[in-house]
Amino acid sequence: MILTETIEVVRPSVDGNRRWLRLTATVLSALSVAAATASAQEPELPPPVARAVDFGTDIAPLLEERCRACHGPSQQMQGLRLDRAAYALKGGYSGPVIVPGDSARSKLVRMVAGAVEGKLMPPAGEPLDPDEIGLLRAWIDQGARWPDDGRAAAAQEPAVAARPHWAFRPVERAEPPQVSDTAWPRNEIDRFVLARLESEQVAPSAEAPAATLIRRLSLDLTGLPPAFREVAAFASDPSPDSYEDLVDRLLDSPHYAEKWARFWLDLARYADSDGFRGDNFRPHAWRYRHWVIEAFDRDMPFDRFTLEQIAGDLLPDRTVDQHVATGFHRNTPTNTEGGSDPEEWRFEQVVNRTNTVGTVWLGLTVGCAQCHDHKYDPLTQEEYYRLFAFFNDLEEVDVDAPLPGERGGYLAALPDYRRERRRLLEEHGVFERKPSWEERVLWAASNPGVSAEWDVTFDELRTYVNLGERIIRTPPDRRSVRHEKALTDFFVREYRRVLSKEEYERLGYDELSKQLAELDRSLPPFGEAQAVHLEERPRQSHVYLGGSYKAPGISVEPGWPSWLPPAVPGPGQLTRVDLARWLASPENPLAARAIANRIWQELFGKGLVVSSEDFGSQGDRPSHPELLDWLASEFAGNGWSWKRLIKTIVMSAAYRQSSDARADLESRDPMNELIARQSRLRLPAELIRDSALAVSGLLDTRIGGRSVRPPQPAGALRMGAADDDDWPVSRGPDRYRRGMYIQYQRMSPYPLLSTFDMPDTYESACRRGRTNTPLQALNLLNDPVFLEAAQALAVRAVTEFRGGLADRLHHAFRLCLARDPEPSELDSLQTSWHRQRGILERAPESVEKLFAFELPGGSQLDGAAWVAISSALLNLDEFLTRE
Amino acid sequence: MNGSEYEGLLARRRFLSRCSGGLGVAALAHLLGIEGRTAEALGPNPLAVRQPHFAPKATNAILIYQSGAPSQLDLFDPKPGLAKWAGQSLPGSLTKDLKLAFIKPNARIMPSNRKFRPYGECGTEFSDWVPHIGGCADDICMIRTMYTEAFNHDPGALLLSTGVTQFGRPSVGSWVAYGLGSESRDLPGFVVLGSGKGPNAGSNIWSNGFLPSVYQGTRFRSVGDPILYVSNAEGITNELQRARLDTIRDLNEHRLERTGDAEIAARIASYELAFRMQIAVPRLLDFGSEPRHVLDSYGIGRNPTHAYASNCLLARRMVEQGVRFVMLTHGDWDDHKELEKGHARNCEIVDRPTAALVQDLKQRGLLDSTLVIWASEFGRTPMAQLDRRDEAPGRDHHPDCFSMWLAGGGTSAGRVVGTTDEIGLKPVEGRVHVHDLQATLLHCLGFDHERLTYRHQGRDFRLTDVGGRVVGKLLA
Repeated sequence: MILTETIEVVRPSVDGNRRWLRLTATVLSALSVAAATASAQEPELPPPVARAVDFGTDIAPLLEERCRACHGPSQQMQGLRLDRAAYALKGGYSGPVIVPGDSARSKLVRMVAGAVEGKLMPPAGEPLDPDEIGLLRAWIDQGARWPDDGRAAAAQEPAVAARPHWAFRPVERAEPPQVSDTAWPRNEIDRFVLARLESEQVAPSAEAPAATLIRRLSLDLTGLPPAFREVAAFASDPSPDSYEDLVDRLLDSPHYAEKWARFWLDLARYADSDGFRGDNFRPHAWRYRHWVIEAFDRDMPFDRFTLEQIAGDLLPDRTVDQHVATGFHRNTPTNTEGGSDPEEWRFEQVVNRTNTVGTVWLGLTVGCAQCHDHKYDPLTQEEYYRLFAFFNDLEEVDVDAPLPGERGGYLAALPDYRRERRRLLEEHGVFERKPSWEERVLWAASNPGVSAEWDVTFDELRTYVNLGERIIRTPPDRRSVRHEKALTDFFVREYRRVLSKEEYERLGYDELSKQLAELDRSLPPFGEAQAVHLEERPRQSHVYLGGSYKAPGISVEPGWPSWLPPAVPGPGQLTRVDLARWLASPENPLAARAIANRIWQELFGKGLVVSSEDFGSQGDRPSHPELLDWLASEFAGNGWSWKRLIKTIVMSAAYRQSSDARADLESRDPMNELIARQSRLRLPAELIRDSALAVSGLLDTRIGGRSVRPPQPAGALRMGAADDDDWPVSRGPDRYRRGMYIQYQRMSPYPLLSTFDMPDTYESACRRGRTNTPLQALNLLNDPVFLEAAQALAVRAVTEFRGGLADRLHHAFRLCLARDPEPSELDSLQTSWHRQRGILERAPESVEKLFAFELPGGSQLDGAAWVAISSALLNLDEFLTRE
Repeated sequence: MNGSEYEGLLARRRFLSRCSGGLGVAALAHLLGIEGRTAEALGPNPLAVRQPHFAPKATNAILIYQSGAPSQLDLFDPKPGLAKWAGQSLPGSLTKDLKLAFIKPNARIMPSNRKFRPYGECGTEFSDWVPHIGGCADDICMIRTMYTEAFNHDPGALLLSTGVTQFGRPSVGSWVAYGLGSESRDLPGFVVLGSGKGPNAGSNIWSNGFLPSVYQGTRFRSVGDPILYVSNAEGITNELQRARLDTIRDLNEHRLERTGDAEIAARIASYELAFRMQIAVPRLLDFGSEPRHVLDSYGIGRNPTHAYASNCLLARRMVEQGVRFVMLTHGDWDDHKELEKGHARNCEIVDRPTAALVQDLKQRGLLDSTLVIWASEFGRTPMAQLDRRDEAPGRDHHPDCFSMWLAGGGTSAGRVVGTTDEIGLKPVEGRVHVHDLQATLLHCLGFDHERLTYRHQGRDFRLTDVGGRVVGKLLA
C-alpha cells in the first residue's frame, strides 16, 4: 500500500482535518502517477519573449504551419479559424481564444502549452517549443496586432463548391420524358419510370391479376385484407373505372387513417411508456395517436399537419386539439431513474427533439453535429444548436383535454370532490404540517449533505414530480391547482422519510394516501393530454462543446441552416411557428422530397432514395431524381394533400405491376432499382396480427381510443425490467383490436411487435426491417393468439359455407389469400386435412383442446382438423406477404 | 414447344433451383433483412462459421453480468483503510469531480465487515462472501481498476454491453455472432440466460441494434417457455406440428415456383430451423444425463442457488453445443440500503455456481477456449449511503474504480491487474476502461476491435465506439 506509511505516522489523537490533509496529499500524489492529467496546481507557462514581435514574420508562419489544417478555410474544428484576423479574434465555439494584452488568459496559449487539463494542441506532431509559445505570448501581450488585408485574403479564398449536393438544391419540376411505348403509361409517373426502362432496354412487368391488386391496395391503403365478397365484385366488374373506384373507396375508408397514422407514428417515435428503468406507463399518450388518426382521416394538409405538431401551442386562439398535436414533442424517452440529473435529461430530450425534426422534415442525420461539425454534410455544430434553440425553451405540460361528453359529469362532481379532498387534508393536519416541511426541503436544497432524509426528499421531488423543483420554489399562492395538488400528493407520500416510523403511523398518512387516490378515481373521467408550451422565462441557448450539457460555449439564436433556402430573415427572434412554416414550405426542398420518398417507400417497399433517413452526402442517391422532384412538387402543388399524392402513385401502371421475380433481371437488377416490377413485401408486425384477426372474423374494427393490453405469455414482461403487474389484461373486444393499439412499453414490447421488427421508438424510425427469423416462425406457429384465430377461422369454414370438403377448403383459402387456389394447392390441402384428421383420431385429448365446440355441419374431430389446416393457412408466406 | 420457350423454361428451372436449394445471396439478404453491399459482404450464409482476423485463443465466451453493481469493496478489493477512516467525510479536493447518484459529497466512509484472505498459489485475496470463487483464484485474472463514464444503471449497462450509453447499438454478443457465425445447427449463436430481477436496460443489452436480426441474443426465460413460443400450442402434438409444417412447406414451395421470390425459400428455412429448435431446446434443458456430483457442485436442486446454478450449467452445455456467446444475467445488487443483507443473499446465490462453472469448464478442457467474464456496470462507493437513521446503510454507485474478473480463453491466470488507493476511491495504477475490456475480449476471440465494423447510416460503427485498447497484462 502506497499510503500506509504516511498515514501510520499520524497519531490517532490528531484532529480529523489535519489527518485528511495528509491523506489528500498522498492520494493526490498517487493519482498523479495513475493519470498524467491529474494536476492540482497551475503549470508554468513559458515566458513571453522579450522583444517586439512581428505578426508577418513571427506568428503567421507558425499559425500557417501548425494550425491551419484544422482551423483554416477548409475545416474549422470547434468552430475556430486561425487564418484570418476577424475569425481568429472572434474565437471558436467555446468563445474567444485570444485576449489581446493578456496571453496568460488566452486559450490559444494555454492549449499549446498543455495548461488545459487533458488537452494539448496541436494534437499531432511535436508540441510547440517554449520559444514558439513565448512568441505567441509576446504577440498577444503586445496587443495581438494582425494586419489583415481583406482583399488579398478574399483572393486566397478557395472557390466555393460549384454545385450543392443534390438534396439541397431547389426542387425542379421536370416535364415527364417522352417514351416510345405510349400505351403503357397511365400517368406522368409511368413516363419517368418507362423512360429509364427503355434506356436500359428492359420491359416493365405485366399488370398483376385483379385478386392480387385488390389485396395489395387494401393492405397498402387500409392495412386490412379485402373481404372475399369485395374481391369477387372487383374481379367481375368490367367497368374501366373499377380500379379507380376501388382506390377512392379505400382512401375514404376510416381504416385508411389508421394505416397511415401508423406510418407517421414510426417517424414520431410514439410509445406508451417512458423507457429506461421505470418505464412508466403514459396514460395520456394515446391522445396524440388519436390526433394523428383524425388528421389523416380529414386529410389534413401537410403544412398544417406540420405546424400543429411543431408549434400548435403557439398558435393564436389555439384549440385543445392543436395543443394535443404538440404531443409530438412528448414522445421522447424519459429517464426518471433515481440519482439522474434532471438537467441532463432535459438536455437529452431537447437533443432528441432536434434530431427527430432533422430526420423527419430534413431527411438528415443532424445528430452528428451535436458534438462536432458534421463530417460529411455542411451542417456545423453552431447550426445544429440554432436548430436546438427552437426547442430549448419548451416545457412539458399536461393539459385538460376532455373528450366529448366528459365535461358535464366532471364539472358536476368537482365541488364535492374538492370539499372531500379538503376535508381529508384538514383532518390529517396537512395544511399545518406542509409549510414547514416545504421550508426544510428548500433549506436542504441549499445545504446539501447535512441531513440525508431531507436531501433524499428534495432529490425525489426533482426526479419524480414533473417540474417538482420549480413548483416548490414558487410561492404557494402563485402555484396552479394542478401543481399544488402534485406537491401535496408528494408530501403525503414522502413525509414518512423525515419522521420516525411510529410518528408516521400515528399520522395515518399511508391510509390518507390511499384515500386520496381513491377519491381521484371516483371523479368521472376527464381527458388529459401530454403537450408542451413555452417556459416562462426565455432560455439562452449555446453551442454545447463536445455535445455536453455541462459545457456551454458561445451563445446562439434560433435559426435554420444557412445553406438551405430561403435565408433566415433578419436578426429578430424566430419562433417554432417560423420554423414549422419554413419546414413545410415549397422553398424548403428537403421536406417535400423526404415525405414523397417515404410515401413511395410505403407503396413500393423501398424509396427512390433507399436511405430514406439520410439524404445527405453519405446517403444513397435517388434512382429516379426527376421523378422524385416531380412527386415533391406534386405534393407541394396539390395543396399538400396526402390522399391525392397517394392516389396519384397507386393509379400508376408502375404500381400495378406484378411482383413476381423475373429471371431476366435476377443478376441485372437484383434490388429492383429500375422498378421493372412491384415487390413482394412481408407485412409489418401489426398488420400480421390484423390480417389473422380479420380473416378469422375476430377483429374489433373500432377506430382510435386508448391503448389495449392483449394477454401475454407468463413472464414475457420480465424480458425487460418491468413487473408483470404492469400489464392488466384488457377484457372483452379490446383483446381483438388492431395491433397499432397495443400498449407499447419501450422496455418490454409486446413480443409479436419486436419479433417482427417494430422500431424501438427511442429515435425516429424511417424504415422498418423486414427480417425473417426462426423466432417469427415460433411466434406464428405457437402463440395462442394465432391458434385462437385458427379456431375462429375453422368455425367460419365449418359453419359459413355449404359444400363438400374441397369447397370448404377452397373457401378458407380464399378468405386468407383473396384468390382461388390452384388445383394442385387444393389437392395439397385435402391431403393434409386428411393426414391431420388421421393423427387427431389417435389423439382425442388434442381434439378436445383444439376444438371444444359442437357445431352443426361437422364433428369435433373434423373441427380439430380444420383448426390445424387453418393454422397452416395463417402461417403461409403468402398470408404474411403483400404481393 | 419451340426453342426459345424451352430455353426460357430451363432458365427458370435454374433460377428456382438456386432459390430453393442453395439459398441464393438475394434470399439471404432477405433473411438478414439487409440490402445491397452489406448483405453481399456477409457472404451466402449469415450464420456460417467465419474466421476472425487472427488465430483466437477463445472460440466461445460467457459474459456473466451481475446487474445492479456488486460492491467490489466487500467481494474483491480488500481495503483496511476503510476501517481506519470509517465515519469521516472525504475532503473537498477528492470529491469535487466525483459523480454521485444519491449521496452528497460529505457522505461518510463505511468499513467493510468482510474478512479477506489469500487463495490459491497466486494468493489473490477474496472476501468470505465468495469462498468458492476464491477457490478458482489460480484461474482468475482480477482487474481492480475498472472505470466507466456512466453512473446510472441503464446507461452503465448499455456502455458495458454495447459500448455507448444510449439505446440502439448492437450488443457485444451480437458483434461476436456477426463476426464468427454459429457452430450450432439447431441453436442460435448468441443466447441470454437470466435469473433474479430482469437486468438493467432490459432487452437492449442483447439487442442486435442495426446489425441483422439473426444476430440478436435469444433469451432463454426462467418463467414459462424457455424460448418464447418454443413449445407447441396447447393441443398440438409433435406429430401434428410436423404435419402442419409439411403443409406450410408444400404450399410455400408451390408459391416459390409461381413467384420466384427467393424470400419464400428463406421463410421455409426459418420454419425448419424453428422446428429443429423445438426439438433441441428440451434436450438441452434435460439435465438427466448429468451426474449427481456435477449437479451438486453447481447447487442445482437446492435453494437459493437453483435458478442461477441451472443457468450456469446450461451455459456450459450451450458452449459444448457450439453456442458462441452466452450472456448470463443476475440481479439485483443495487443495495443503496441494507447492503449487508442484500449482498449476503446474492453471494449465497452466485458464489458456488459461478465457481462450479469455471471448474467444470476446466475439467472438460473447455476453459482454455472459453472466456468467462464477471462484469457489472460499475461498482459501489467507499462512502455509506444512509437515507434514514433507522435503516441499515448501503453504498452508492461508483463508476471511477471497481473490480471485474476474467477466467480462461487466453487470459492471464492467477493475476491481479491494477492497484487502488487506500480506500478504493480511485485507481492508483493500471486503470482499465470498459472499452479496454471490450477490446481485450474481442482480441481473445481473434478480432481487432477496430476492424470488426459495420456500415450504418454512412458510418462504420464498432463495439468500442471511438476508444478501447487491448490490455496486454490481461493476456496469458
